[in-house]
Amino acid sequence: MKPSKEKILEVKKLTMDFGGLRAIDSFDLDICDKEIVALIGPNGAGKTTFFNCITGIYKPASGDIVINKNGKKERINGVRPNLITEKGFARTFQNIRLFGNMTVLENVMIGRHCRSKSSVAGAILRNKASIQEEKDIVNFSYNILKKIGLQNSVNELANNLPYGDQRRLEIARALATEPFLLLLDEPAAGMNPNETAELADLIKRIRDEEGISILLIEHDMKLVMKLSELIFVVDYGKKIAQGTPEEIKVNPNVIKAYLGEETNA
Amino acid sequence: MTTDISASKIDGIKKSVYTALWFMFLTFPIMVIKVNTIDNIIIWRWENMFFIGAGSFILSFIWRYMISKNEMKSEDSTGILQTFSEKITSEKKIYIPIIIAAAVFVIAFPFIFSMYNTNIMITALIYVMLGLGLNIVVGISGHLFLGYAAFYAAGAYTYALLNHHFDISFWFALPIGAAIGAVIGILLGFPVLRLKGDYLAIVTLGFGEIVRLILENWNDFSFGPSGIANIPRPPLFNLKLSLSEAIVYLYFIMVVLCIFTVFIIRRLEDSRIGRALVALREDETACQAMGIDKTKIKLTAFALGTTWAGMGGVLFAAKTTFVNPSSFTIWESIMVLCIVVLGGMGSIVGVIIGAMILILLPEYLRAFSEYRMIIFGIVLVLMMIFRPGGIVTSVRKNYKFELESK
Amino acid sequence: MDYFLELFLGGLTRGSIYALIALGYTMVYGIIQLINFAHGEIYMIGAFTALIAASVLTFAGLNQLAIIVIAALAAIIYSAAYGYTIEKIAYKPLRNAPRLSVLISAIGMSLFLQNYVLLAQTSNFLPFPELIPEFEFLKPYSHIIRPSELFICITTAVIMLLLTFLIKFTKIGKAMRAAAQDKTMAMLLGIDVNLVISVTFIVGSATAAIGGVLIASHIGQINFYMGFIAGIKAFVAAVLGGIGSIPGAVLGSLILGWTESFFTGYISSDYEDAFAFLFLVLILIFRPSGILGKKEY
Repeated sequence: MKPSKEKILEVKKLTMDFGGLRAIDSFDLDICDKEIVALIGPNGAGKTTFFNCITGIYKPASGDIVINKNGKKERINGVRPNLITEKGFARTFQNIRLFGNMTVLENVMIGRHCRSKSSVAGAILRNKASIQEEKDIVNFSYNILKKIGLQNSVNELANNLPYGDQRRLEIARALATEPFLLLLDEPAAGMNPNETAELADLIKRIRDEEGISILLIEHDMKLVMKLSELIFVVDYGKKIAQGTPEEIKVNPNVIKAYLGEETNA
Repeated sequence: MTTDISASKIDGIKKSVYTALWFMFLTFPIMVIKVNTIDNIIIWRWENMFFIGAGSFILSFIWRYMISKNEMKSEDSTGILQTFSEKITSEKKIYIPIIIAAAVFVIAFPFIFSMYNTNIMITALIYVMLGLGLNIVVGISGHLFLGYAAFYAAGAYTYALLNHHFDISFWFALPIGAAIGAVIGILLGFPVLRLKGDYLAIVTLGFGEIVRLILENWNDFSFGPSGIANIPRPPLFNLKLSLSEAIVYLYFIMVVLCIFTVFIIRRLEDSRIGRALVALREDETACQAMGIDKTKIKLTAFALGTTWAGMGGVLFAAKTTFVNPSSFTIWESIMVLCIVVLGGMGSIVGVIIGAMILILLPEYLRAFSEYRMIIFGIVLVLMMIFRPGGIVTSVRKNYKFELESK
Repeated sequence: MDYFLELFLGGLTRGSIYALIALGYTMVYGIIQLINFAHGEIYMIGAFTALIAASVLTFAGLNQLAIIVIAALAAIIYSAAYGYTIEKIAYKPLRNAPRLSVLISAIGMSLFLQNYVLLAQTSNFLPFPELIPEFEFLKPYSHIIRPSELFICITTAVIMLLLTFLIKFTKIGKAMRAAAQDKTMAMLLGIDVNLVISVTFIVGSATAAIGGVLIASHIGQINFYMGFIAGIKAFVAAVLGGIGSIPGAVLGSLILGWTESFFTGYISSDYEDAFAFLFLVLILIFRPSGILGKKEY
């Protein structure tokens, strides 16, 4: 399947400061429809900061973040995170942030929050519409869990899941918001090779079956090289390279900055 | 092997002796010496020192045992009443008779027991309502509120003032009081939106104190410390009720309203809004990243919680027929917090049990009522260390998918 | 003008007392990010211990100076001991628990200590002996400043200097600052974090005790409830100045002291206690990190 070349996210000259420190320095990045893009770079290079900027947790100092949905362009700098999620971004977190004392299913059901609308009154009165909506939420969420392969632990507390399952549950929860772009922050961190391979399949499947574009921060180079169509390399907040896995592998800047010690991996 | 055990035993005894000596030293001035500055005499109470020594010697063993047990077990241990209550709620054969028995008892209560007891039960039920309300804010959505008494006061004064100036009756005042509770909850919510944890606790505590100070000092509005008297009890159509009839009537109103509260909160819990509230407690950032409007849901939590305080206030005014600022001190807020914490944060049954224990026990054990506050203090500390989930830990709803998963 | 000066000095005195208590909040918060709700009670226990010690010593017929010194020392030692014990019982087992739990535990401790003193001693106000002597040279200004006020301000200044020295230049002070920055890292570098926390509680409690003795002697009466409002106000002062910052605590305390003093002096004393809270809400809305605080809340 060849990704169509329509851009869904354009980031131009994004800059973010913390006090005097420039965490991201006029960074450009585009993502096309149904594309898997990776953002790599050494620790502290500004990858997670970049995520936080485009998902609205931080308000960038300057630059543009523009989403392009159904031919309509919209600048989303400084829009609140929940609205960005409503517009169709969904993310996971580097250090898993599940709702630990809620069940697996409930975690996914939270993802449906912004796609449903029953209010306090609806909850109390339980009119037809809200009952139906609740049913839809449950079924939708359950189906996602089935796809992800967590259908056997729907009623377990998220805290009690094994580590790899927690990572997958975060993805399931993000998918429940029906995004067109899924942002994964080190999804393979702490996974063993088996789990990583499964994760790679899952990510591919999400793109192929759901048609969701994916932006991925990852340190596992094997995974990155295997999955991504396009790689951006960031160091000290600046983009130092961009290209296909093959290009990145041989890019001298990248080797110098980052892959130097890992080229033989 | 044996030497090992005896060595650890001797070690334990040594530790406990030190602990006992330390506490004897620590409590010496306050517990042993009592100064009567008026008659200029000093009373020495050496017997207290002995009690402290012996008590802390024994308690230190228990303390160490509990702490080591606490460190070993994982957090998700089920509660004392947990397995029990689960069984009750899961099996119809068991819970239907229990509900029927409880209903019979509740209905018969005012006819079996004296007016005095019925009155106490009304108070307990008011606290059940307050506890359930605060539980939404503290237990479900995880915001420590220390100014709950302010909303309670708002409700009570709403009825008192509306009745005093405009002769508005109880039944009109009840929803108005609830609405005012909600509105003030939202108004307080805006400035404290960014706050969590300790800061929120202190600000709400401050808010509670400001409200009390206003009630005490703004004589034209609230009649100051002398308060407002002669507030009518709830009327039943146009019937003239005797005092005891009025109390029985109020008792039943209270029972119905508590059932109503439980009903509403249960429905809320098991809804899109309820889940969002819990998510907010668990992780605010993730909550927002999942598309939940933090501002909106926080204000919803406050309003949902303070509504019940407003309603409880109206009921309190109707019960005592008199309100003044001294009924709405910080201790009232802490008392409701105790109920929620003891009973089990987030658990409806827990809060009801908590309110019954904390209100009825001190009432009926008069000798004990002097020690009520000190025991509350101990309960708060010990519960947090050994059973942070409370007597009844809240459980999440189970969903069943057998049909689909095949 | 005299009236203004009187209020100014009154505010300074108040502020000094708040500062002595606020230090404990700020130091503890700096290290374990906890509002030690029981801190106000430590201050109250300090005052009670001093009263009891002074009464016993008067009974034994010691001279004035010996009474002052021993009573103050007793207050400091006992408050420090209480601070240490409270930390061990109510906070240490909760080191890894959610913030809400620790906070509730702290409230419970505060409730316990108040009622402990209430039951073991009395619920009435107790007259507190005037420990601070009259100064001859102050006589002509007695309408403006009382000797106890002067004494309080000077003592506070000295204690602040000592504390600054302790934190800036001693080994334990450096360990305290390190632990405040990053507890885990400090632990890895071989700092005994539990010891540091204990020392913080001890030092904070001792300064609060001094505040308790001074204010009791200044006002002339104490009761079991005195720590509650004073504690909360001192906390507000600490937040106002920027919690975690020691100069901030002093600055915040003085601002609060003056505001209260001038407001009650010129306008009305009805809402004296409401100020602290109003301040708190305003700061937290407009500058949550406080005047001198750097840390982003």
